[in-house]
Amino acid sequence: MEAKTEGAGGTGLMLPFLEWFGELGAFTVRLARASFSRPFHFRELLEQMYEVGTRSLPLVVLASASTGIVLSLQTRESLVRFGAKALLPVVITLTILKESGPIITALMVCGRVGAGIGAQLGSMKVTEQIDAMEASAVNAFRLLVVTRVLACILMLPLLTVVADCSGILVGWLANTLVEHVSLSRFLADGFKGVTFQDFLPSTARTMIFGFIIGLIGCFQGMRTTGGTEGVARSATSAVVLSSLFVILADVGLVRLIQVLWPS
Amino acid sequence: MAIVTPPPADAAVRVTDLCTAFGTQVVLKAVNLQVVRGEILVVLGRSGTGKSVLLRHLIGLQAPDSGTIQVLGQDLIGLAEGPLNEVRKKVGFVFQNAALYDSLTVVENVEFPLKYHRALAPAERREQAMAILERVEMADAAGKLPTDISGGMRKRVGLARAMALEPELMLYDEPTAGLDPITAGEISDLILKLQSERAMSSIVVTHDMLNAELISDRVALLDQGAIVFEGKFAEMKDSDHPVVALFLHKSQGTKDPAS
Repeated sequence: MEAKTEGAGGTGLMLPFLEWFGELGAFTVRLARASFSRPFHFRELLEQMYEVGTRSLPLVVLASASTGIVLSLQTRESLVRFGAKALLPVVITLTILKESGPIITALMVCGRVGAGIGAQLGSMKVTEQIDAMEASAVNAFRLLVVTRVLACILMLPLLTVVADCSGILVGWLANTLVEHVSLSRFLADGFKGVTFQDFLPSTARTMIFGFIIGLIGCFQGMRTTGGTEGVARSATSAVVLSSLFVILADVGLVRLIQVLWPS
Repeated sequence: MAIVTPPPADAAVRVTDLCTAFGTQVVLKAVNLQVVRGEILVVLGRSGTGKSVLLRHLIGLQAPDSGTIQVLGQDLIGLAEGPLNEVRKKVGFVFQNAALYDSLTVVENVEFPLKYHRALAPAERREQAMAILERVEMADAAGKLPTDISGGMRKRVGLARAMALEPELMLYDEPTAGLDPITAGEISDLILKLQSERAMSSIVVTHDMLNAELISDRVALLDQGAIVFEGKFAEMKDSDHPVVALFLHKSQGTKDPAS
């Protein structure tokens, strides 16, 4: 039985801030427990994987392709200036694999999926659809939250791989428009010094980004109050907060990867 | 004040000394209520007197501050999720605004409880859901989305969904609110029809006096968080409680008896 919520009576800025983190902590613990208890909603998980993965694909490919072009044009200029033009393929490949692919994917998914989850769950909360599920003896938390968070965790690395491919290919295309280089040559040069250590930890860290996006989106959605305005607030805060936490987590994770897998 | 206390052994719902407050606002204070198996109890009261909160307590959607709640012989206070869900499967809840799942069609809404609690093949499940929709005369709208049907139709679908698991107890939250008198009358008739088809107990929360008169076996009047009258609808007229008198007069559109 869910405990009733009371209005925050705190004054100042610290108390709501700490309250938010406390509630997020409790939500995370509940999520961890629910993830390892029956029943598992595989069908809903597949639907959410489709929603997060397939539907985000065009956006991620486009964003990553744009980054590939910009990276190619900007880096080329700098490398020509220092007489290191030959390094262009490897610089583009490493930059995309290690940083821009994962972070661009995560930020795109923050915008599309984070907002969607926040708005959808928020709308279900204010129209009592979540209560209706509970009243039907269906655990709404397991059905809605666990499946969405898991879908984000599982789909982010796959989207990142696609984003990496898109960025590198379009990076080559942009480069070859200025100076013709065959694709096979570009790839051979680009992946010459690249190891699995450059690719795996960077791509795997997007699972943590996926967790953050799913968690914040669901958390903001499930605590929605105040009708349509509340739903809009939840959607906006889901995007803003998940983007912020993804960037902050990235700082820590990059350093951690450098310590655990030194080049 | 007329108090009709049912024999305890027949009680489908027994609420004792129920208290709830939101911050400093006391919503329910020492509410005592019993519902006999097979009867329709109508809980009347002004808006904001805690009628809906009382219903939410009865299905475990909200925990009270103190008091006991027994539903179909099971104490709800402190009940773990598993046993609570077993009770919920025997209780149908009709929400004020129907609370239909807006991404699912009408028939999928009715199928929802069946999908999770009955081991049925998809075709069989669909057949059962359609049969329930027939009973509430909504089979024609089976493929529509909740946003494409009227308020009265949504209430019917909400009712059908609540009936899906063939509950022993039905809880109705303002079933006629926001409806025109004709549609409200149809909903009242539907509640009576479903009640006559199955030996259920029902609690109907409303401020619609016509609806209350039509469907109630007993009524309870909730005012300022407490039950101030409990008895047959006809006995309300004999009550000398000022709130009961005021409620009756205001609902008939006459002048305040005190003035």
